[in-house]
Amino acid sequence: MNAPLRRLAVVAFLLFATLLVSTTWTSFVAAPSLNADGRNTRTIIEQAGRERGPIVIGDQAVAKSVPVQDVYGFLRQYDPGALYAHVTGYYSVIYGPTGMEQAEADLLTGTSDRLFYRRLSDLVTGREPKGATLELTIDPKVQKAAWDALGDQRGAVVALNPKTGDVLGMVSKPSFDPNSLAVHDAKQAAAARQKLLDDPARPLDNRAIAGRLYPPGSVFKLVTAAAALESGKYEPSSVLPGPATLDLPQTTVGLPNSGGRPCGPNNQISLADALRISCNTAFGSLGMDLGGDALGEQAQKFGFGEDLRIPLRVTPSSVPKDMNKPQEAQAGIGQFDVRVTPMQMAMVSAAIANDGVLMKPNLIRAARADDLSVISQPQPTELGRSVSPETAQKLTDMMLSVVNDGTGKAARIDGVRVAGKTGTAQHAEGRPPHAWFTAFAPADDPQVAVAVVVEEGGNAGDQASGGRTAAPIARKVIQAVMDR
Amino acid sequence: MVTVTEHAPRTRRNVELVLLLIAVGIAMLAYGMVGVGVDRTWSPGMVTYGAGLLVLTGGLHVVLRLRAPYADPVMLPIATALNGIGLAMIHRLDLARPDSAALAQRQLVWAAVGIVLAGIVLVVIRDHRVLSRYTYTAMVVGFVLLLLPLLPGIGKTINGARIWIGLGPFSFQPGELAKIMLTLFFAGYLVTNRDQLALAGRKVLGLQLPRGRDLGPILIAWAASVGVLVLQRDLGTSLLFFGIFVALLYVATQRITWIAIGLLLFVGGAFVAWTLFGHVQGRVSAWLNAFDPTIYDKEFGGSYQLVQGLFGMAKGGLIGTGLGEGRPQTVPYAESDFIFASLGEELGLVGLFALLVMYMVLVERGFRTAIGVRDGFGKLLAGGLAFTVALQCFVVAGGVTRVIPLTGLTMPFVAYGGSSLVANWMIVGLLLRISDSARRPARQVELRVPADTAATQVVDMRPLAEGAGGETR
Repeated sequence: MNAPLRRLAVVAFLLFATLLVSTTWTSFVAAPSLNADGRNTRTIIEQAGRERGPIVIGDQAVAKSVPVQDVYGFLRQYDPGALYAHVTGYYSVIYGPTGMEQAEADLLTGTSDRLFYRRLSDLVTGREPKGATLELTIDPKVQKAAWDALGDQRGAVVALNPKTGDVLGMVSKPSFDPNSLAVHDAKQAAAARQKLLDDPARPLDNRAIAGRLYPPGSVFKLVTAAAALESGKYEPSSVLPGPATLDLPQTTVGLPNSGGRPCGPNNQISLADALRISCNTAFGSLGMDLGGDALGEQAQKFGFGEDLRIPLRVTPSSVPKDMNKPQEAQAGIGQFDVRVTPMQMAMVSAAIANDGVLMKPNLIRAARADDLSVISQPQPTELGRSVSPETAQKLTDMMLSVVNDGTGKAARIDGVRVAGKTGTAQHAEGRPPHAWFTAFAPADDPQVAVAVVVEEGGNAGDQASGGRTAAPIARKVIQAVMDR
Repeated sequence: MVTVTEHAPRTRRNVELVLLLIAVGIAMLAYGMVGVGVDRTWSPGMVTYGAGLLVLTGGLHVVLRLRAPYADPVMLPIATALNGIGLAMIHRLDLARPDSAALAQRQLVWAAVGIVLAGIVLVVIRDHRVLSRYTYTAMVVGFVLLLLPLLPGIGKTINGARIWIGLGPFSFQPGELAKIMLTLFFAGYLVTNRDQLALAGRKVLGLQLPRGRDLGPILIAWAASVGVLVLQRDLGTSLLFFGIFVALLYVATQRITWIAIGLLLFVGGAFVAWTLFGHVQGRVSAWLNAFDPTIYDKEFGGSYQLVQGLFGMAKGGLIGTGLGEGRPQTVPYAESDFIFASLGEELGLVGLFALLVMYMVLVERGFRTAIGVRDGFGKLLAGGLAFTVALQCFVVAGGVTRVIPLTGLTMPFVAYGGSSLVANWMIVGLLLRISDSARRPARQVELRVPADTAATQVVDMRPLAEGAGGETR
């Protein structure tokens, strides 16, 4: 019986070998991801025991740690809470951090490798380690203007500096009070969280960059127009078919104009005018003529499909692949399965404003140590060229006419040349449309690119349109930038 | 296997004493370090605790010198070190939960009971072959113990598994004692029936299939283990018993067919149980989708405990936080089911490796005993007991590290729990007893008998009297 006993001993050895592997896996290989899990209370308690650095917007600490007498030592406080809730996120000792609290946790807690030498000197001098101060690019005046203009409507506003990519404002409504989730009492935090999770308006969603994505509707015509101009086959003056209803091949359903009328005499219209009055049939036929691939490629150049960290994660926007002709026509006017974030539409305007060069959006101005020395300072980064400077100029002129003499008149500002585009996106049968507006200004020296979406028409309901509902909000945001 | 040595055999008892002192020293130091980690001062009970452990295990050492001088010199020190490290960890968790009962003291009492019982095993059982007379008694006792938790009134469900009984304020896992009884039964049964299981039957495709009627015992063992899985909701106990049975069946018959049949039966039974019973599915999905928030947040039968244990091990990393410096108390049952994770958090991967290597050496010594002993019953018993320890370590640590679904078994020697500690000390007692006859210089008369069949003949033809052990001297 000795031979089988030896083999059984080998089996026992293999069982132990398996355990050596599995413990190595858990304690070493998978350890970093396990430690980063938001539910790992050990990491949270360890981090909470350290004084977390503040998050500063303008010259105000909108998130800061105050000492309290409990196991955690510090309580995170947000002031004003709801206005920046989606930017800062919240730091819950029970549910873990979200938003900027999570994205830059290493810097805020002082565990980042970038703080290595500082930690070393902390060790020598016996100083309590402190997290870095995070300064954001948000302009409080712009943020407040967007917040007030959106009012109690559901939706989002994004304002960018087109030349640097700095995020000047990022509002998502409805919002929430991060203080209610940052409390240390588990029951209170759970109740507050459950209430927010149960709210059908989904206040925890950051609609600006990461909510459920929206159909862009007519604001997407900027991408279609860009593709047309870049193809070399079209000029702003090129004549397009503009009937009341566009016949779609392979189907009995047509693509109608919103007013039910032709876009111009003889059912014809120029590309520039088609954008100005937002002619569906012209852009539908353009979509079919250019094809889905060309639309998709142009969209990609504007940042669609890009997995951005600003450093908050931006959900990639998308144009469907392998569309048939009717779907290409729908996609040409931003319908079918085209899905975007407000951030993405702001990026389209920003790229056109910046002579066709797309800058990477960014929320961080600088991270500073407590002696105010700069630890890191992101530099403006190009994501790539979206369109040629010539195309950018043509699109700018066309967008100017939208505001001066087209669907976007509500965004006009005296003395400021505003270039914009409206959108009114159908998203479900019998529901009010989403109202869109994206713009930049001033046209000759762009300071701000903005995108606004108002969900389901906001207060205007069925009567909503991009020009009527969203454009005035964009105007107030642009005004706030101009008044700085 | 049996080597004829010319020179005088050595008992190695002094080696054991030195190793034992080291083991007690490590345990005492660990106990003291807990205090340093938590309160920045050596644990006050450190000296009395170390002295207690030394008196107990030193007593067992004296028993070995008197009654089993040739016993393996490594087993006792390893069991002592494991027990001591477990006590230190339990003390550490006591400090983290000042309002709960002092479990370390209770565990020390249980260790005393276990060590004393191991001593009694060594004193009373002078020759392990005596035990083969109680084959069927062991079977009855074993199955009764195994099924005891199912009785209404005394059976208790803890942490989802119904493998406990409650007697007044005490809780026991009778399965821990049952595993000794059933290993005794398997060894006794197989040593007498191995020939018909091994030789009878047809050959199909190169595999020798057993006769239909010889399938009976394996089917009964299988039915019992699947019954345990379904009724007691514990994969660990089920896997443990069936694993020991199949392993010993293979050792007794040398036929791979039994392993194949056993594995097929177990996998099939487990699969059917999985499709039919919700609680089995719950356990499996908590294992496979541990990080799924819906399963993590489930109030009962979720993966919270498992995931928190993994978090603890991850926090420990390579070298651990240090005793008293982590937060192992975050995990429910950190002192019993999850002591492996608790140790991983504070002693790190290095500590866990040391722990696993100690188990490996203990198991290897058990197998060495099985190979060295001259009778078939002793071979099966020692091999079975050694494999029990290995399999139980695998089931527990494999459950904690997500190799297999989580079970309600506990890590031998280190985990809090009286029944487990007592049972494992008894296993060490039995292994020490068998190793004594394995390492004892062989008499000429025994060398002439073919080693593998010696015990069979002894058992069958000449049932041993109570004091028969003396004959082998």
